[in-house]
Formats: sequence, C-alpha cells, structure tokens
Amino acid sequence: MGRLLKELSRKEWAMFFAGLVIVALQVWAELELIERMQDITLLVTGASGTTAEILVAGLKMLLLAALGVVCAVGVGFFGAQIGTGLSYRLRDKLFAKVQSFSMEEINHFSTASLITRSTNDISQVQTLITMGMMVALRAPVMAVWAITKVATKNWQWTLATGVAVLALFALLSTVFLFAVPRFKKIQKLTDDINERMRESLTGLRVVRAYNAEEFQEEKFERANVALAKNNLVAHRIMAAMAPVMTGIMSGLSLSIYWIGIYLINAVSTAEKVMLYSEMIIFSSYAIQIVMSFMMLSFAFIMGPRAFVAAKRIAEVLGTTPKILEGGREEGLDGVKGEVIFEDVSFRYPDAENPVLEHISFRAERGETVAFIGSTGSGKSTVVNLIPRFFDVTEGAVYVDGVNVKDYKNQALVKKIGYISQRAVLFSGDVKGNVVYGSEGQADEREKVRRALDIASASFVYDKDGQESAFVAREGANFSGGQKQRLSIARALYKEPEILIFDDSFSALDYKTDKELRAALKRELKGTTVLIVAQRIGTIMDADKIVVLDEGKVVAIGKHRELLTTSKVYREIASSQLSEEELSDE
Amino acid sequence: MNEEKETVIRTPPRRGHMGRMDVAEKPKSMKRAIVSLLRYSKRYWPAFIAVLLLAIGASVLAILGPNLIKEITNSILDGVRSPLGIDVEKTVKLCVTLVVMYSLSMIFGYIQGFIMATVTQRISRSLRSDISRKIDRMPLRYFDTTSYGDTLSRATNDVDLIEITMNRSVGQLIGAVTQFFGSIIMMFYTNYILAFAVIGTTLVGFFLMSVIIKRSQKYFLRQQQELGALNGRIEEVFSAHNIVKAYGAEEKEKKAFDKLNLRLRASAWKAQFLSGLMMPFMGFIGDLAFVVVTVIGGAMAFSGKITFGVVIAFISYVHLFTNPLTQLANTISSLQSASAASERVFEFLANEELPSEADKTAFLPTAKGDVRFENVRFGYTPEKEIMHGFTAHALPGQKVAIVGPTGAGKTTIVNLLMRFYEPDSGKIYVDGVDISTLTRKNVRDLFGMVLQDTWLFNGTIRENIAYGKADADEATVVAAAKAVGLHHYITTLPKGYDTVLDGNVSLSVGQKQLMTIARAIVENAPLLILDEATSSVDTRTELLIQRAMDALTEDRTSFVIAHRLSTIKNADLILVIQDGNIVEQGTHEELLEKSGSYAELYRSQFN
Repeated sequence: MGRLLKELSRKEWAMFFAGLVIVALQVWAELELIERMQDITLLVTGASGTTAEILVAGLKMLLLAALGVVCAVGVGFFGAQIGTGLSYRLRDKLFAKVQSFSMEEINHFSTASLITRSTNDISQVQTLITMGMMVALRAPVMAVWAITKVATKNWQWTLATGVAVLALFALLSTVFLFAVPRFKKIQKLTDDINERMRESLTGLRVVRAYNAEEFQEEKFERANVALAKNNLVAHRIMAAMAPVMTGIMSGLSLSIYWIGIYLINAVSTAEKVMLYSEMIIFSSYAIQIVMSFMMLSFAFIMGPRAFVAAKRIAEVLGTTPKILEGGREEGLDGVKGEVIFEDVSFRYPDAENPVLEHISFRAERGETVAFIGSTGSGKSTVVNLIPRFFDVTEGAVYVDGVNVKDYKNQALVKKIGYISQRAVLFSGDVKGNVVYGSEGQADEREKVRRALDIASASFVYDKDGQESAFVAREGANFSGGQKQRLSIARALYKEPEILIFDDSFSALDYKTDKELRAALKRELKGTTVLIVAQRIGTIMDADKIVVLDEGKVVAIGKHRELLTTSKVYREIASSQLSEEELSDE
Repeated sequence: MNEEKETVIRTPPRRGHMGRMDVAEKPKSMKRAIVSLLRYSKRYWPAFIAVLLLAIGASVLAILGPNLIKEITNSILDGVRSPLGIDVEKTVKLCVTLVVMYSLSMIFGYIQGFIMATVTQRISRSLRSDISRKIDRMPLRYFDTTSYGDTLSRATNDVDLIEITMNRSVGQLIGAVTQFFGSIIMMFYTNYILAFAVIGTTLVGFFLMSVIIKRSQKYFLRQQQELGALNGRIEEVFSAHNIVKAYGAEEKEKKAFDKLNLRLRASAWKAQFLSGLMMPFMGFIGDLAFVVVTVIGGAMAFSGKITFGVVIAFISYVHLFTNPLTQLANTISSLQSASAASERVFEFLANEELPSEADKTAFLPTAKGDVRFENVRFGYTPEKEIMHGFTAHALPGQKVAIVGPTGAGKTTIVNLLMRFYEPDSGKIYVDGVDISTLTRKNVRDLFGMVLQDTWLFNGTIRENIAYGKADADEATVVAAAKAVGLHHYITTLPKGYDTVLDGNVSLSVGQKQLMTIARAIVENAPLLILDEATSSVDTRTELLIQRAMDALTEDRTSFVIAHRLSTIKNADLILVIQDGNIVEQGTHEELLEKSGSYAELYRSQFN
C-alpha cells in the first residue's frame, strides 16, 4: 500500500488533509447536533421553554445538520476525487508497464493475473480509498472525540460502554473466526460448481454417448451439496450479526439508564437535574462510540483484501522488464531480409533444462526456411527469438547483420511480419486489424486490398461494409481459418523484409493452405519467409528445412535430401504421407 | 508461474450487480418472477409464514421499544423533580420489561435469519440441481445454438443473486414494511397534525433525494459501461501481447487506452461522489423532521393542545418512519435484479425437453453391425435442409470414411447416428431395426465414440477410462490402457490409476487421445464412431494412436471422420460431405473415376 500511496499527487495529498480537517469539522457538527437535540428534548420535556426558544434551538440544530451535510459532501468530493484519481493513474501506469514487458515477464505473472490486477485489484483499491475517506477516517476521529467528551463522567457508564465495545469485538471475532473462512471458501466452491457444469456442457456429446448423465449429475450434486453446506453454516452465523448488534446497542442505552437510576438516587436533589441531562447526553455519545468501533472493525475486516490487491499492483509496477531496446535504427548497409542464428541456446528463467541448444542456421533474402519437429522440439521458440519475445541465453541472433539486441524496438519489428499460431483479431473493423501498428499510410485502402488478396481473404468482400466489416471481440464473428487469413493479411500489409509464420497454417484446411503458399511465392519474391509447421505438406517445397528434436538441430536440408539423410524427418513424413507419396517424390 | 488462483477469468461475467447504488437490471415482470419463485418453493411456505410472523413480531417490538424507553426516562425525570427520588421499583420493572422485549426481538430476529438462511440454501441448491438435471433432458440443439457461458451463468450467477437477495432482503423487506406502516398507524393514532407534518417533510426530502438518485444512476450506468469497455480492452490487449509487440503497437494501444481511462475517470468520480451523498442527505431529512416535530409539537404543547408525551413519542416515530424508507429504497433495486435472475432461471427450466421414451418397448441388446440410411432428410434449421434424402448401406464389419473440407458438416452423420439430432424424415436402421423405435440409451450403448476434441473430466484415470461402464473390473481397464500403450505411463504416476486428472496432472494432447480410445475399448460396443486427429502430436504418439484406432475398428462397423489417406483408401464406403450435404459416395477408385468433388479434394490434399 505504501508503494501505491507514493502515486498520490501533491494535490491529492492536499485534498486528503483538507478532507481530514473537514472530517473533524463534521464530527464536531455531529456531536454538537446531539447536544442541541438533547437541549430541545429537555426544553420540550422540561416544559420550561417557549416556542421561540425551541424555534431558535431547532434552527441551530438545522444549521449544524446542514453543516454536517456540507462537510459530508466535501469529504465525499475529496474521497471520490482521490479514489478515482489514484485508480486512474494506477491503471495508466500498470497498462504502460505491461506494454513494456517482454513475454518473459508476461509469463511470469500470467496474462490472466495481469488482467485481474489491472481490473479487479484496482477497483478494490479505489473502493478502499473512497470508502476509507468516508468511514475509516471518520470513525477514529469520532471515537476519540466522543470518548474525551464523556471521559470525565461517571466511571460506571464508561464501564458499561467498555463492556458493549468488548461484546461487539466478541461478536465480530466470532464471525471472523467461524464465518469468514467459509466465505473465503465460497469462491472456490462456486468455481467447482462452474467447473463441473462446464465439464458436462463441453462434454455433452461424450456424456450422452456413454449414457453417463447420472454419473455427471452425481458429481455435480457432490459439489452442489458442498457449496450449500458451506454457505448454510456461513449464513446461519451471519444471521446473528444484525440482531446481536442491535441488541448490544439497545442494551447499552438501557444499561446507562438503569445505572442512572441508582446514580441519580444517590446524589443530592440539586445535582439530580445535572446528572439527568448528563445521562441523556452520555447515552447518545456511547452509541456514537460503539458505532465508530463497529465501523473500524469493518474496516479491519475489509481492509486486508484491498491491501492484498494493492500489493499485487505494486508487484507489477515494481518489475523492470529484462529486455531493453538498443539504439540502432537500421541494419548493415545493403543487407536486407537476412536472419542468422549463431550458436543460440535458450532456457526459460528458473527452468532446469534448456529449450534450445546450440542452434545455428542462416536465412538469406527471399529464401523460405521451414522448421519442423515434434511438439516440444522448440521449433516455435526459435522464431520467437527473432522479434525478441524472449532473449537468447547464449549465442546471438542477427537480423540484417546486426544483433537483434542492438536495434530499437520499432526498427526491429518494422522488418518483421509475425503471424502467431492462435490467430489474434482486435475488436473494431477489418481494416483496423490489417493496418494494425502501421496506421496512417497514404495509399491505405489499396494496400489493404492487396494484402487481403494475397492472404486469400477475399471473403471480406462478401461481408457488410467490406474492409470496414465489423470485428467482434476475439474475432468471434469469423471462423478460425478466416481469422488466420486476416492475421496473415496484417503481416503482409507491413511489407516486411521477413515473414514469420509461427505454426499459422495448422488452422487452415489443406486447400487454403496450398493456395496461400502459392500466392505468397508468387507475390513476395524478395521476402524471407520463416515457417514453423506441423504438416510436411506445408513445408515440402521450402528452400531449407531445419529439423529439430529436443531443442537441437538434427538436420538441415531440402525435403528430398532429408528423406534419406534424417531419421527424424523420415519418421515425421511417414506418419503423414502414404508410402507411394514418399517414394513418388 | 504465479500461484495465486485467478478465478475472475473463469467465472462467467455477472449480469446483475448488487449493492446500494448499482443499477438494477429490470425484470420483464417482477410479479411473475416472484410468483414463479414462490410456486417453486411451495414446500417452504410454512417457513416463509414463520419468517413473516417473526419479522413482524420483531418490528412491532422495535416500534414499542422507544415508548418504553420514554417511560423509563419520564419515570427517572419524575424522580429527579420529586423529593422522594426515583421510584426504583417501578423503573426497574420497566427496565426488566424492556430487557425481555429486546431479548425477544433479538431471538425473533435470529430465528428469522436462521430459517431464511436455511430455506435459501435449500432453494438455491435445488435450483442448481434442477438446472443440472434439466441439461440432460434437453436436446443438444439447444446447446449447439446457445453458448455454455449462458447456461453456466444461469446456474451460478443468477442462482447466487437469488440466494443473496432472499437471504438478505426478504427479512429486511418485511421488517421495513411493518415498521413503515406500523409507525404511520401509531403517528395518526397519536396526533394527525404532527403525522402530516412528519410525512410531508419526509416526502419533500425524498423527492429531492430521488433527483440525486436519478442523476447518480445515470452516472453509475455510464461508469459501469465505461469500466466494461476499459476492462474489455485490457483483456484483449494483454491477451494479444505478442502481436502488440511484434507490430510495435504499444504506443497506439496506450493512446487508445488513455482515452477510455480518462472517460472512465470522469464518470466514475461523479458516480462515486453522488452515491456518497445518499447517506448524509438521508440523515438530514431525519434531522429536519425532528426539528419540525419539536417546533410544531412544542408550540402545540405550550398552548396546551397536546401533552409533552406526544412530542416525545413523535421524536421516536420520526426515526421509525424514515429508517425503513432508506431500507426499502435499497431493497427494491436488489429485488429487481433478483427477479430478472429468477426469470432467467425459470426460463431455462421451462425449456422444451426431449420427448419421453417411456412407451418404447423395442430393445436391441447387441448388433451385428448392419447400418442402413434410408431416404434421410435433415436440416439444423427448418429453412435450410442440408441432407436431401440420403441413402447408404454399411455391411457388418465395414469401414465408412466421412471426408470433406473443414467445416463442411461431417459431424451431422454422427449426430444422426447417435440420435443427438433426429432426422426430419427417413429412417436409420441398425440390424434392420429402426433406431427411432429404440430408446436413446439403447442406441448409444450400441456405439462407441472417440471424438477429436478429447474430453476428459476431473476424476481419476480409472474413472475416465471406465467411463459409462462403472462396473468394469481392474483387468479390463488395465488391458485397455495396455492396448493403447498408456499403462506404463500411468504406473509411473504417484497414484497410478487413481491419479486424479485436474490442473496438476498435465497429459499431452496425444495421451488424452489415447485415453479416449481406451475408453472406447472398455465400452466394447458393436459399432464405432471415430474422429481422426488432425491436431499436433509427436510422431511416436501419432503412430500409437493410429495403431490403437486400427485395432479398435477391426471387425466392427465403423464410421470414421477421416483425415489420413490410408484410412480413406481402405474404406469400404466413402461419404463426401460439402456444405453439410453428402455430395458423393462410393469407394476410393469409383470416386476418383467420377472426377467430382472427391477427386478435387484428394488432389488438393494429398498431391
């Protein structure tokens, strides 16, 4: 939390202290209000006053009440300003921070966690501050002030108040001990319910095919019963909260009167009236004190959640990305579209075994180089090192003769068109997705059309609005293959020197795969193409095929050579192609 | 990796929101929603009545309480003025009465809360059970056209909302209503002029309040929308981090984000600020009513029109009257969202179910495997028929390959065979028996099925392999695991076959495939439906899968959604699907000769 408080601006600190002063004023007004109320009550009950006196006292009281409201408005204003201001700034910083992260930091936190931190956690901190200003600040001021006001009065009453506060603590700690753990479990148990039902829904066909409906229902029922049991106990305990709290409050004022009977009887007649009005005032103050302690206890129960949230935010803000950009704007003179791996090894931080070991190869301008290997062979990791999603552990990657670490980020990614395995579209329109990252070029429309054509994405023209067709979140209104073709168009639009297909063809059917490769070959003569693939068919005609196995290069060559020279390659090929096709080649 | 549990992403988004100032989702008809919920919980009516009585009792005690306090203070005051001192005996008696009343009120309150908590849990539990059971009685068509999230959200979020509202609001609502009318009655009973004064003042106050509420609701709605937009953007951009990086779009995204963030800030602070005003204003209205009562009442008392006791009593009625109003305002909005939730839950429970099969007498214990489609017409929607009178015949032991480009609708045949969907007209026969005369359970027992998107559930490996055949013995399960080459791997796991498959055990895609094949082996059904894998597995596993599948199809009539050339070439019958329709059928050679769709498909895929 301390780390986050540093994010408050000077203006906000000023507002905070102004808020503190106003809170004090508010408390004063509220306590005065109680006394004026008692004055009025005494005037009415004592039957000694006049209408005019009551009117004057009433006006005074209304003025105090109005002052209280004005103060509350002021505190609310500052609280809302600080709370939303801080959350605005935290969101801003967090977003910028995450943008600066490489995949290494992203993986460290996990995407899901970063999303939670930037959304829920920030909301929690905001609520804490806004509510905190109004409740947590007011309660101690009120408690201290009210206590000092009544401290000189009779100890018996003070004792009664103390007992009430203790009873309150006892109640809250019982709830805290027995109910809160169960409330914490609710989320987990609800997740179980969700998971069971999601399981039954996603496996609906299998469940029915195996006539296993009852089995699934029983499992769901177990989770359901667990949740209901847990909630039952939690809510039964909670049911005591309100009645017992009211009981404590009512009990307190009653005991003050009860004690008052004996106290008043014990003093001389002259002092009786004094003591009587003291009793009335004390009972009001006592309620305020107990209420303040109650508010404080709530703050103590609610607070930790927000503190955890704050800590999680601070953790992200405190992380420095490991991958820093260099200063070069350009590659070596006259070198274009060249990629060289020089004895590259890579290992994930904290991982025991390296993913890649001593990888060396080169891709010249205009060449098509393919990477193949079984899952876990590291073929994807190889191409992820080029745009610096990760940095090599040993060795070096050169693009256009310059180590990728020496480039400015923008300069490096300008050379590269990267297409991921899972096609990513952003909500908006098709055009916005195609020109992504290279907005505002002169002949935009024409270039978009060209990119779409090469990427076999002509289906766009059948849509409403054509290039301006709507794209839903995660591209949900396009099929998997269509999404992939659009993300290929995005890479082509950049007219990069190097195109990287990170296993991007697997989502396409064979026919589209083939058409697309033909179009690329035809249209992009000078572009270096790096393809990670699973299907032999996709890469058979590559200029160079790099065969990977368990992080090592086991062979480099052309399809036909590899069939005879590489056992691993032949194994992969024979699992996908028929005997005739293998020998046909 | 981060160890903290991230539950936010997995839980479907909440539609309604709770809390004091949140904008309640409006139900179509609140009355109907409440009626259906009441009808559903018929067996708890006695409990509801008890709750009603207890809540009324507690409120009545709350109304009577202040009067007693006043009597005590009056008694003390009398004692202060009289030379005899306070009448201790009388006053203590009053105190004891009050203790009894407070205790009763506390006990009533607790019992009421206890009953409500119990009933609420029972109802929400049975709602969830009913939804779960309902799923199994509904046609697949519904789930193919509705997102899982929708059903999930009804079973969790909506039921939750009903639960929370019933638990929290029902008692409060009854109490508040009783207190509200009780205090109005008491006020008019005591003095109508002051009663009008109090109600008038409060009404004016609440009219002003409603202006604030209206305004702040507008901002709350806007805040909610903008927060949704912003969080959506965060999720989108963070999930696509590698693309953002690869296209150097960090700055562009930051700018777009800034715009959303600024807009959120503007509406958020107004919403927060305005909602913070509620409480102080409520308090002020109470104070105002107090002053009005004391001034008017005092004047009336001085002129002897009323006694001072009346004024004192009214001072407490002011609180009793204004407090429930605040509570009512809070409860109404949560009642609204709960009604909307209950509407959605009951809408789901009222969905059409699969036709009953109680009258079906035909039974086919096993089959030789003669499968015949006769003039089958089918469409997923009535407007678009995709199968126009399909006829085909597979002899026992034959292999039928279903081929076609991705998304052409190859699963339609599976859907009809397994009776996930029913043909619009025409018949499917197994061993000469029309399958629509058999129970669905019977038909499904005849078929083993291995789909491409491998589905394993959270349970032990043994349960997963012996799925649908819970009585399978150890030897059968182990034999199946051995047949697919998983036995060795399973025994290396710490708990062997009793290892629970959850997030902690990571099976590879290939191993999952093998598990589902083992499952089909255990089931040992006479007919088989297979979906060949196209997803990425390493070479060795792929060989294992192929071998296991080949062994499984031996001597069984099998329907294979085929991707492998060898499977297709060896098939006894090939069905070529395009746009959901079966466009050609025959053997590999016959179809090549035709040089139609199949020939084109074959050339593009394998040449």
